[in-house]
Amino acid sequence: MTQRTVLDAPDITRAITRIAHEIIESDKGSDNLVLLGIPRRGVPLATRLADQIAEISGGETQASELVGSLDITMYRDDLRGGSYRAPEPTRIPSAGIDGRTVVLVDDVLFSGRTIRAALDALADLGRPAKVRLAVLVDRGHRDLPIRADHVGKNLPTSSSERVNVSLAEIDGEDAVTISGGRE
Amino acid sequence: MTDYLIRGADILGRGAGDIAIKDGRIVDPDLLGAGAETIEAAGLVALPGLVDMHTHLREPGKEDAETILTGSRSAAAGGYTCVHAMANTAPVADTAGVVEQVHRLGRSAGYTEVVPIGAVTIGQAGEQLAELGAMARSAARVRMFSDDGICVSDPLLMRRALEYVKTFDGIIAQHAQEPRLTEGAQMNEGTVSAELGLPGWPAVAEESIIARDVLLAEHVGSRLHVCHVSTAGSVDLIRWAKSRGIRVTAEVTPHHLMLTDELVRTFDPVYKVNPPLRTAADVTALREALADGTIDVVGTDHAPHTAEHKCSEWTAAAMGMVGMETALPIVVEAMSDHDFDFGDLARIMSSAPARITGASGHGSLEIGASANIVLIDPNRSHTIVPAEHATKGRNNPFAGLDVATDITDTFFYGHRVLAEGVLSTPHPAGASWTDQ
Amino acid sequence: MKHLLDTASLDREDAVAILDIAEEMALVSQREIKKLPVLRGRTVVNLFFEDSTRTRLSFEAAAKRLSADVLNFSAKGSSVSKGESLQDTIQTISAMGADALVVRHSGAGTAHRLAHTGWIDVPVVNAGDGTHEHPTQALLDAFTLRRALNGFPASGPVEEGPRGRGLDGAKVAIVGDVLHSRVARSNVHLLARLGADVHLIAPPTLLPWGAETWPVTIHYDLDEALAAEDFQAVMMLRVQHERMHESFFPNAREYARLWGLSAARLAVLPAETFIMHPGPMNRGFEISAAAADSSRALVLDQVENGVSVRMAVLYRLLTGQEETND
Repeated sequence: MTQRTVLDAPDITRAITRIAHEIIESDKGSDNLVLLGIPRRGVPLATRLADQIAEISGGETQASELVGSLDITMYRDDLRGGSYRAPEPTRIPSAGIDGRTVVLVDDVLFSGRTIRAALDALADLGRPAKVRLAVLVDRGHRDLPIRADHVGKNLPTSSSERVNVSLAEIDGEDAVTISGGRE
Repeated sequence: MTDYLIRGADILGRGAGDIAIKDGRIVDPDLLGAGAETIEAAGLVALPGLVDMHTHLREPGKEDAETILTGSRSAAAGGYTCVHAMANTAPVADTAGVVEQVHRLGRSAGYTEVVPIGAVTIGQAGEQLAELGAMARSAARVRMFSDDGICVSDPLLMRRALEYVKTFDGIIAQHAQEPRLTEGAQMNEGTVSAELGLPGWPAVAEESIIARDVLLAEHVGSRLHVCHVSTAGSVDLIRWAKSRGIRVTAEVTPHHLMLTDELVRTFDPVYKVNPPLRTAADVTALREALADGTIDVVGTDHAPHTAEHKCSEWTAAAMGMVGMETALPIVVEAMSDHDFDFGDLARIMSSAPARITGASGHGSLEIGASANIVLIDPNRSHTIVPAEHATKGRNNPFAGLDVATDITDTFFYGHRVLAEGVLSTPHPAGASWTDQ
Repeated sequence: MKHLLDTASLDREDAVAILDIAEEMALVSQREIKKLPVLRGRTVVNLFFEDSTRTRLSFEAAAKRLSADVLNFSAKGSSVSKGESLQDTIQTISAMGADALVVRHSGAGTAHRLAHTGWIDVPVVNAGDGTHEHPTQALLDAFTLRRALNGFPASGPVEEGPRGRGLDGAKVAIVGDVLHSRVARSNVHLLARLGADVHLIAPPTLLPWGAETWPVTIHYDLDEALAAEDFQAVMMLRVQHERMHESFFPNAREYARLWGLSAARLAVLPAETFIMHPGPMNRGFEISAAAADSSRALVLDQVENGVSVRMAVLYRLLTGQEETND
C-alpha cells in the first residue's frame, strides 16, 4: 500500500482562498450567500470559506451568518445496506435559504450521490434562488449528471484508489493523500 | 409369552447378576426352560419398572393432546411400567364409569399399567365429594384421589375427604395452591416476576395449604400426599410433619429439581408450568429433601399440550410440561452432586410410589414379583430431542440438553415393550395389579 | 440493536444515541417540509392488541414523518378476537411485507416472543406489554428530563441541545402504582442506567415483591420522602380506580390523601422541581389539577417529545444492518 500526498497544508489554504474569490466574483458580492457544509469535512471547509469571504468583503458580513451545515444522512439512497449511521447536525443560518444563493461545500466529489442527496435535503428546507457546488477535490467517476462550480483541484484517479482528506479541525492536520489502487 | 434371561446386568447398582423372567414373573434362573431369550446386559443397570404417581393422559376429552395409547407408549419409552392418570379429563374422572373406562383403555393399550386417579369432588368443582367409594369398589380399584390442577381449598371438604378414604385405606393427593393468593398468577413471585411484570405465584400459596393439610391429616389420622412440592418452605413443613409422625408423603417433579424461574426471561411458554419454576435456592432444598427422604417420590406431572396451546404469547399459553421420557435421566443429572445411588433411584421412582398407591405388582425385583423391570445404560450420552418422543406433547423443557443416562429396555409384566430403546409390541393380554 | 423490547437490556451508549438522534428529529418540526424521506417505501405495522389511541398515534406520526407507509392493525374486531392465534396473525402480517412491527399487548413478553420465535424477521418495537415494559415511554421521559434538567426548553426544536449527556446525579421520584406500571419498570432501568438516583414512593401493596433488589430507594410515605429528599423531578403514575376493588388500597379518597400530588404537596415542593405524568391523568386522584396545570408540569412536553423519540427509534432500527446484540 502506497500513499502519496497530492495537496499539502499551504496548497489547501491557497485552494480555499481561490475558491472564496471565485464565489464572490460569480455572485457579485456576499450579501445573498449561504455556505452549507456537508458533514463531516465539508463543514470546516465551509467555515474557512466563510471566514475568507467575510474578510475579503471587508467586514460587511459576519462569517457566522454566512455558514451552516447540511446533513444528508436521512436522504441517502443506501440506508438499508452498510452500517447504521448516526445523523449529523443540520444548521441553517437564521436568515434561512429562501431566495438566496446556497453554496454546498464538500471535501471530495466522486459519484455525485452525496450531492444528489444534498439537493433533496435542501428542497425540504426551502427554496434557494441558486445552488452551487464547491469541492476541495474532484476525483471524477461520476454516477450522476452533477458537476462542481468551484474546484480546489481536479485529481485524476482510478476508481480503486482512495482519496483521503485530512483537515486540522477534525484530523489535526491539513493534507490530501491518495492511497491503494492497483499498481 | 417369551421368557427372558437378562444376563450380567448390575442389579440395583449392587453388582452384576442375572434376572430370569418366566410367564410374566421374576423366577430363579435355574427354572428357565431352553426356549428363553437371552439378553446380554453387561454395563446396564436393572431397576424395578418405574411408577409415576402423577401423569396427565388427557383421555377422555383432549385426545388431540395425548391419548391413553400414546401416553402409555411414552411411559414405556421412559421406563415406566405403571402410571397414575390424573382425573382432570373431560368428563372428569369422578365416577366409577369414567375410571373404569380409563382403566380399560390402559389395559388395551398394553404398554404400561394405567391406574386411574379419582377426582375428590364432583367435576373438580370443590363443592361436593365425588363417589369415592364407588370408584374404590370399581374394577379400577381406585385408591388415590386428587383434584389435581385445582386445589381442594375448602378446609372442611378436605377434612371430610381425608376422613372418608380411610374406609379403603385411600389417600388424598393435594395440589397445594391457595386460589386467592394465586389469582392470575403467571410465574413464581420473586425478583424475576418483579422485573418481568408477570403476576406472581408466591411460595406462601403452596406452603399455607400444606401447613393446613398436614394438620388436618394429623387431626383425623389420614394419609395425605402432597403433589409437586416446589418450594424450600414446603420442604421444611413436610420435614416437620414427618417428625411428628403425620402420615404425609411428598412428591417432586424432575423439572422442579432442575430448572429455575430465570428461564421465564425467555418468555418461551415451554417453561410455563404449575406450580411454577422456582428459584435456585428452592431447587437446592428440593434436591436435599429428595436425598434425605423428606420427599418420597418423583412424579412427572407429565402434561402434554397441543402446539397451539404452547406456540403463543406467554400469558395465553397453557401450563404444563411433558416428562415421562426424560424423567429418569433428568433425576440422575439433578442428583449427581448428592450421595444418591441406583437403589435410591429405584426407591423414589418405583418402590416408594408403588407402596404409597398400593400398586402391588410394581417396585420389586425379588423372585416371585411381577416382571416389571427397566434396564438403563448410565453411560450413553445423548441429546434430548422432543420431536423423537412417543408422547404427542412437544412441550419438553429439556430440549437440547445432553444427559448421560438412557433407557434401553422395559419389561411390562414380562413382555418386552421397549427393546434396545425402540418401542415394541404391547402386552398381548394387558395386565394390572388388580388381576392378582 | 435489532429490536427495542425493553430498557433492562438497553445499554447507556445506545440509549444516549437514541436521545441524540431524537434531538435531530425534533429539529425537523421547524422545517418547511416536516418530513424526512429516510423510510420511504418501508412499511411499519402498528399491531395493537390493546387499545391505546395515544401511543398508536404517536408511533404513526413518527413513522409518517420518516416517510414510511403505516398499516394499523387493531386486534379489536379482527380475527384475533375470533380465535386466530398470534402465530397466524404475525405470519399474515409478514406475508403482507412489513419492515417493522410496533406491538402493544396486554400480556408481558409478547413483543419479546414475536422477536424471537422466527415467525417474522423484522425489527420489533415494544409499545407496551402488560405490566412489563414500555421502553419508548421511558426514552421520551428521559429525553424530556435531560432537556429540562439542563436548562433547555423541555420540548420543541433546540439546535444545541444536551447531546451526549445522561441524567447523572438527577434525583427522580416515581410515585404510585409501580406494581402494575410498565412505565415505572422501563423508567427504573433507563433512568438508573443514565445515572439518575431513582426513588420509588408507593404503598407497599403497589410495589412488586422483590423491588428492593432494584437500583432504587423505596419510600412508603410520600410526605416523608418529599421532606427528606430534594427531588428534581416527580413522576406521578396513573392509578386505575378498579385497583381499590382488589384491596390494594381502601378507596380513592385515602389514596389521593396519602399518595396524590395535591395542591398542598405541590406548594412544599422546591420551585424548580419538575412534574411528570405518562398520561392519561386521573385529575383529583393521583394528581391535582393544580399540579397538572402548573408551569412545572412537563406532561405536554412528554407527549410532544414522544414523536421525536419514536422517530429516532424507528430510524435506529430500520437503517443499516448492524450486528444484532439481541
